[in-house]
Amino acid sequence: MKTKMNSWDKVLEARKPLRPKTLDYIENIFDDFTELHGDRLYGDDKSIIGGIATIDGIPVTVIGEQKGKTTNENMLRNFGMPNPEGYRKALRLMKQAEKFNRPIITFIDTPGAYPGIGAEERGQGEAIARNLLEMSKLRVPIICIVIGEGSSGGALAIGVGDKILMLENSIYSILSPEGFASILYKDSNLYKEAADKMKITAKDLKELGIIDEIILENDIFNNVKKSILKNLKQLNKLSVDILLENRYNKFRKIGKGVEKDDITE
Amino acid sequence: MIIDKIRKVNSEETTRVANTKASDMMVGKWIKCDNCKEILYKDDVKENYSVCPNCGKHFRLSSRRRIKQIIDDGTFIELMENLHTTNPINFDGYMQKIKSTSEKTKIKEGVKTGLGKINGIDVAIAVMDGNFFMGSMGEVVGEKITNLIEVAIEKKLPLIIFCISGGARMQEGMVSLMQMAKTSAAIAKFDEAGLLYISVLTDPTTGGVTASFASLGDIILAEPGALIGFAGPRVIEQTIKQKLPEGFQRSEFLLEHGFIDRIVERKNMKEELYNILKLHVGGKNEN
Repeated sequence: MKTKMNSWDKVLEARKPLRPKTLDYIENIFDDFTELHGDRLYGDDKSIIGGIATIDGIPVTVIGEQKGKTTNENMLRNFGMPNPEGYRKALRLMKQAEKFNRPIITFIDTPGAYPGIGAEERGQGEAIARNLLEMSKLRVPIICIVIGEGSSGGALAIGVGDKILMLENSIYSILSPEGFASILYKDSNLYKEAADKMKITAKDLKELGIIDEIILENDIFNNVKKSILKNLKQLNKLSVDILLENRYNKFRKIGKGVEKDDITE
Repeated sequence: MIIDKIRKVNSEETTRVANTKASDMMVGKWIKCDNCKEILYKDDVKENYSVCPNCGKHFRLSSRRRIKQIIDDGTFIELMENLHTTNPINFDGYMQKIKSTSEKTKIKEGVKTGLGKINGIDVAIAVMDGNFFMGSMGEVVGEKITNLIEVAIEKKLPLIIFCISGGARMQEGMVSLMQMAKTSAAIAKFDEAGLLYISVLTDPTTGGVTASFASLGDIILAEPGALIGFAGPRVIEQTIKQKLPEGFQRSEFLLEHGFIDRIVERKNMKEELYNILKLHVGGKNEN
């Protein structure tokens, strides 16, 4: 069990087709899930699932990026790569959660926002930006959990929360190690080295202060459930003002640079 | 012999001109427009706001020159001028590259932020610089912009951000991705304070900057012909395995699809900004 996995091993593990996906968590952790569809503007993006459910009797809004386990499922889910309508559906459901005072749980699992002609025509950048802005001020607790591959702005678009948790073998990165290697090392074969240098594992990101908690995978659904309940309990104790102030400061403190006259190597 | 020498010099000059992209216009007295291929006298271009006098192509502008074009003489006060990266993920060779880029370009980071006046109206302004790591957003860009927004809230000033960016600064890993959340959260606060934010998109504005503060202006302007999008055109072509249509992701395309308010030529930019600012005087902005 305790064999040491390097960063690239974790990338492979995080991307495994048979690894639990958003729907598996919904099925195993929540009750009475009622899926809600559509962004009310253009369409229903099947790469993002959202709806209402209960966890231990508490009503919550659940939103997650959904990859498939088979080729057919992946075709249906666009390999977990949302179009703008996916992010806009997520935002609609989050605003609904705020109206009815339900906490929000998001599951992050995407290779990135879909890079397509339609996506650009319908404002992929605007859709992501809008979610970042709106999520920073939603007046209900938000818990975000990276369950597999969290890549780029497409992951962050449902990732602005009060608590950011990662499964022990998930990754969270600015782009894929392959993309990073081909751009910065000019050689996409150096993806293993890139994976290591990019600091994308749960452990790396906990050390960097970007995530709050690592969830072990030995009893995966149970551990995730326990972690959600524990964090909800903590967040529910806070007044809305403190909740929002803490959320702002959480991101405000990441990467402040240093003031000095000279650059030292 | 002398004629030979002159010929040689001339041909060297021509070769150099031919290989010089307009965006590298600091070399020699002549440049070639990378759009219409016309050979142009550099001073003419400079006098024409760094816009091609022949075809109207808007060349890339340094933050220093942009501020000169937009802000009243002698009124610009720079903020956090000496903020540097901490190399947050200890990426090999990054600090050396920052240092050499900084020495070569005489630019300290990917954005200049500060306070100044536009025809007498006080504004908070950020101008990104494409000559420094393609204007990519790492912790310094994110921090300077967030700080400027907070200053603008405190002083009740309108905010103007000139965007040019290849996206997130890859060398800073997840710390740079998080700057998208940080800056967008600051814009949310600014928004709630009832203040005016004008975002100006210039060539190119892509990736994490498009997917954060660039797209969140109350009013979004763009220079003509600027590439604006989330995914880069090459990434899209590789994904969908087909050529992209002419004009895809250009300012005119975004206007057509409803994502920007107005396209403004550089020579009119200051007046246009002034007019918009004037229309907001008497609101919650202090002016």
